[in-house]
Amino acid sequence: MIGGLFIYNHKGEVLISRVYRDDIGRNAVDAFRVNVIHARQQVRSPVTNIARTSFFHVKRSNIWLAAVTKQNVNAAMVFEFLYKMCDVMTAYFGKISEENIKNNFVLIYELLDEILDFGYPQNSETGALKTFITQQGIKSQTKEEQSQITSQVTGQIGWRREGIKYRRNELFLDVLESVNLLMSPQGQVLSAHVSGRVVMKSYLSGMPECKFGMNDKIVIDKQGKGGTTDDTGKSGKQSIAIDDCTFHQCVRLSKFDSERSISFIPPDGEYELMRYRTTKDIILPFRVIPLVREVGRTKLEVKVVIKSNFKPSLLAQKIEVRIPTPLNTSGVQVICMKGKAKYKASENAIVWKIKRMAGMKESQISAEIELLPTNDKKKWARPPISMNFEVPFAPSGLKVRYLKVFEPKLNYSDHDVIKWVRYIGRSGIYETRC
Amino acid sequence: MPAVSKGDGMRGLAVFISDIRNCKSKEAEIKRINKELANIRSKFKGDKALDGYSKKKYVCKLLFIFLLGHDIDFGHMEAVNLLSSNKYTEKQIGYLFISVLVNSNSELIRLINNAIKNDLSSRNPTFMCLALHCIANVGSREMAEAFAGEIPRILVAGDTMDSVKQSAALCLLRLYKTSPDLVLMGEWTSRVVHLLNDQHMGVVTAAISLITCLSQKNPDEFKTCVSLAVSRLSRIVSSASTDLQDYTYYFVPAPWLSCKLLRLLQCYPPPEDGAVKGRLVECLETILNKAQEPPKSKKVQHSNAKNAILFEAISLIIHYDSEPNLLVRACNQLGQFLQHRETNLRYLALESMCTLASSEFSHEAVKTHIETVINALKTERDVSVRQRAADLLYAMCDRSNAKQIVAEMLSYLETADYSIREEMVLKVAILAEKYAVDYSWYVDTILNLIRIAGDYVSEEVWYRVIQIVINRDDVQGYAAKTVFEALQAPACHENMVKVGGYILGEFGNLIAGDPRSSPLVQFNLLHSKFHLCSVPTRALLLSAYIKFINLFPETKSTIQEVLRSDSQIRNSDVELQQRAVEYLKLSSIASTDVLATVLEEMPPFPERESSILAKLKKKKGPGAVSVNELEEGKREGGELNGGGGERGGDNSTIAASNASTPSPSADLLGLRTGPQVSAAPPSAGSLLVDVFSEAGVNDDGFLSSAPPSAVSEDAAPPLPESNELLNKFVCKNNGVLFENQLLQIGIKSEYRQNLGRMYLFYGNKTSVQFVTFTTTVSCPGELQSQLNVQAKPVEPLIEGGAQVQQVINIECLGDFCEAPLLNIKFRYGGALQNLSLKLPVTINKFFQPTEMASHDFFQRWKQLSQPQQEAQKIFKASHAMDTEVIKAKLLGLGMALLENVDPNPENFVCAGVIQTKAQQVGSLLRLEPNAQAQMYRLTLRSSKDTVSKRLCELLAEQF
Repeated sequence: MIGGLFIYNHKGEVLISRVYRDDIGRNAVDAFRVNVIHARQQVRSPVTNIARTSFFHVKRSNIWLAAVTKQNVNAAMVFEFLYKMCDVMTAYFGKISEENIKNNFVLIYELLDEILDFGYPQNSETGALKTFITQQGIKSQTKEEQSQITSQVTGQIGWRREGIKYRRNELFLDVLESVNLLMSPQGQVLSAHVSGRVVMKSYLSGMPECKFGMNDKIVIDKQGKGGTTDDTGKSGKQSIAIDDCTFHQCVRLSKFDSERSISFIPPDGEYELMRYRTTKDIILPFRVIPLVREVGRTKLEVKVVIKSNFKPSLLAQKIEVRIPTPLNTSGVQVICMKGKAKYKASENAIVWKIKRMAGMKESQISAEIELLPTNDKKKWARPPISMNFEVPFAPSGLKVRYLKVFEPKLNYSDHDVIKWVRYIGRSGIYETRC
Repeated sequence: MPAVSKGDGMRGLAVFISDIRNCKSKEAEIKRINKELANIRSKFKGDKALDGYSKKKYVCKLLFIFLLGHDIDFGHMEAVNLLSSNKYTEKQIGYLFISVLVNSNSELIRLINNAIKNDLSSRNPTFMCLALHCIANVGSREMAEAFAGEIPRILVAGDTMDSVKQSAALCLLRLYKTSPDLVLMGEWTSRVVHLLNDQHMGVVTAAISLITCLSQKNPDEFKTCVSLAVSRLSRIVSSASTDLQDYTYYFVPAPWLSCKLLRLLQCYPPPEDGAVKGRLVECLETILNKAQEPPKSKKVQHSNAKNAILFEAISLIIHYDSEPNLLVRACNQLGQFLQHRETNLRYLALESMCTLASSEFSHEAVKTHIETVINALKTERDVSVRQRAADLLYAMCDRSNAKQIVAEMLSYLETADYSIREEMVLKVAILAEKYAVDYSWYVDTILNLIRIAGDYVSEEVWYRVIQIVINRDDVQGYAAKTVFEALQAPACHENMVKVGGYILGEFGNLIAGDPRSSPLVQFNLLHSKFHLCSVPTRALLLSAYIKFINLFPETKSTIQEVLRSDSQIRNSDVELQQRAVEYLKLSSIASTDVLATVLEEMPPFPERESSILAKLKKKKGPGAVSVNELEEGKREGGELNGGGGERGGDNSTIAASNASTPSPSADLLGLRTGPQVSAAPPSAGSLLVDVFSEAGVNDDGFLSSAPPSAVSEDAAPPLPESNELLNKFVCKNNGVLFENQLLQIGIKSEYRQNLGRMYLFYGNKTSVQFVTFTTTVSCPGELQSQLNVQAKPVEPLIEGGAQVQQVINIECLGDFCEAPLLNIKFRYGGALQNLSLKLPVTINKFFQPTEMASHDFFQRWKQLSQPQQEAQKIFKASHAMDTEVIKAKLLGLGMALLENVDPNPENFVCAGVIQTKAQQVGSLLRLEPNAQAQMYRLTLRSSKDTVSKRLCELLAEQF
């Protein structure tokens, strides 16, 4: 169980220190600062063991969050908690920065009291928390309201309070994916996977029951076997194989295990319904074709072609190609037809930016790199060319088939709910060797 | 690059550094550095040449980046360019860069060396200094190769500036330290010595470091420096503090120089010239006088400088060890420091006193401070000072104060620091033994020692007590009584139990008369400790029990009961089980007479050097215990008739164990000697006989593998190490041929022409006489026709501690390869000893040296050019390649060492004629050492091929 939680700034000064258990002393605070933040070598492991005490840390910009324990805890749980903690803080006061933390000092302690009891994580649902931890100071609450909060927090559905009413029942659904790739210079895929999230924003009245359906291969196959013939022909090909997935606490896992259907009573406001990962049949939005030629010891010619590989009607955005240059580069000339390219000495790379690009197009950049002869016999390691972009579809091929809402008590039906679905595919680590 | 006015330094560099310091994170810093590196690269790449200023600035930036921990792989060329600049700042930065980022690129090294050479030959002292500093900072072998010849010239040239001389001296010192083989001595060496007379104090200070280092390697060449150093020292010491303006440090004139001078003098023996010596003594007296004067300043620097000189002077006095007056004064001076406030001074005083204590002149003077030292041991806060105090107490101990010192050390031991306890224990044990007049005191002390610091008492210490008790009849009773009393303590250390078990087992009868220590009480007391002890101790106790059965027949049934119990007879430990079984059987079947013989009192141990001393020496590392002290230890140890070293301990356990060596008690059982037992008819083969016959077989197995005591009447095969013994004598004629616990054989031989005479000295090292001592010399095989050896008979009886002599005449008939065998047989304590050795008679003993000139030598060398006449061997040096040692060995070989024959002075050539009765064989030798590879090439040519080969084999083992 978590023994304590500390928040440090980039200098290692403690901003927040909350100890939950007696086995964590004051010196633990210093131990982490000395051994991790101020360590001579950069500490890359997120878990550090110092004197039989385990420190789990995550870093948000310049802020370090460290959970400390002396016991054998589930490390995944601790990190999940830390991420949740970051989400909660962001939901309350925006960006996690030193100034924001100092300004919301009291709020953070209040939150920490609520979401962690004696080191055991409790309710970390922002919507629910916001009902009784507010930034506006203390509102005198009536007895009824107080008892309502108590019954809700301790009840079975802790993430949603009763009696919510909206004039318009609306529902937003975003499929956010990041696609990771490593490709050989010849265009062979060495490794590729997509990690995706389904994020929802719901503004629904009452206690609605929702059911979410997507083109998961198992579900589709099961339906095909069931004998209904009309669907198999259409969707069989388009179904995707999900390697693993995790759900928000509102999803009924027993139902998912038995019927593989995702049904839930949604929290109010924004939340992440599920996370998943796929590795098969990934649509790679861009193809990078590098061409590097060394002309003597003092010159290097680079030509890079990018090809967009999706429907011409779609537009990719925020495209950025980063071409690494050797460490002894002394001058660079770049020519590109589209977008802007620049040699960034501080990063030892040529950065080529294109604002927009439609599908099934190609674009090209060529550069001449002048080198300074060095005494070093070491050859340039040729780091891969990396890419960033954003495309309006899901590279995994995931499709939302339906999202049904049932509210038996109030009289609105599935058809009355306004639903919005959006797909965004972003690049993760998208690299091509050259 | 816009030219910035020279006055305000390098602005770009300052901006860059402040940028980096302002970086918030590591990543930002790396980005800034990458940007700067790209900028510098583009500048260096740029077509238009950079001016000196910007070059300097960028090289500076690179240097800064490098010092931040980033790799720099360019810019060397630009730095080298800076070297040729005429501006000081640019040149300096260039040299700085090169010294920090040494690059092994040969092209660059050539350029750098060129630039350095230019600067060295320039007349500008600043540039010369820069170049010298660079050489010293890099100090690589390449640098040494390039400049080792040049720098001495600069150093001794008449027109060199003082500051340059200073740098040159230190630079040369550095090169000499890194590659001494490249700095060749030459005519400059004598002139370096004269730098001691230089006007400039800085030059003298620098030069003296160099001279000290050089004179340690070649003391003879720098002998003249002694008188110069003395006169210089006397000038400094006698000068008023205002004379040496810049070199007076807090009212002390030239303290560093004085210290160095005193240290240089410590490399040499006292000057023989009376005048010089008088002057030096005067100086030392002045220094001691000055220490008495009231301080001229209260600053710590003043007293530090003054004391530094004083301590160096005292070490010099100790080093000379010939001026009683000075030694005593030094001792008194140190005595004052013993109570000084400063911890460091107290430490140094104690340390110097330790060495003073070993000098005969000042020993008494040191002793007067005993109270202070004891006080220091008790009250000092710093453990290292306490350790020194303990050392000093040990060093100042003699017969008069031994009791006091040992008592103090014992009482200190209870509170002593854990790290020094073991050493303290050893010291107490040694002192107690060394100065024991009254052996009951000795026994008391050691038992106390075991009681107080049992864990730190090593095996050697308690072995030694037992040896001494056994060898001295007068203390045995007392020891038994004391041990008995000590064992009555409820918790006593295991070592105490061991000593107790052994002593009571041997001498328990001496105190059995007293009803308070009746046999049964003794046994019960010992047995009460039995279960708390480890296996080796238990084994020892079992042996003590069986001895009890012999001493006190009335305890027999009790002890048999104990031995018979399952915990003994079925013990999981093989050793314990075996002992229990055997002792039980022994006690039940052997008659009292047999028991009495078998379990007789242990015989006295042979005298040997105290093993504790050896242990202390090992612990402190060689040289820590001064030779002086060791010899004293030996002498004193000899007074006691103790001894036995490690063997003593062995005996204690082995003697009682299953007879693995033929010591009297092991011979025990009388069963082993009895083939009649094993030959007994199987029908009578009760269980007992079976057991013992098996044991007998076992023992025979043991015996045949124990060479020195082999019972066979035939000559034993030569010892495996006899070939090594032979090699030891190729180049010398006298020495100790062989030595073991019983016997020492010394050898002395002389040869003329083809005849030789050898004297062998057989020394009995034990206190028991050797009987039927016979020796035979034989020539195996071919040797019979090559060598005629006649040995005079020896006396058949050698008394304990006595020595007999044997003369052997040798005549060489023809050349030979083998060595004659010497076989020695005698009886020691009833056991027959049989020993075979090779006599160190080798072909080279019959050499006659031949002097010849260079051309003669080479003429003969050419004459002997047939391939079979030459034998050559290339081998690795197994000893240090010291020219003098090699010379001595070659002379010992018997040939004439020819000087100025070989064009290479490193090589050795020798010539000689081997005289045999049949013929004369001329031989020539050439030995080429290669100091770098640590290899030798040895070539031998002689008119007879077998001779070349044999000589080559013999010699190859020598170097």
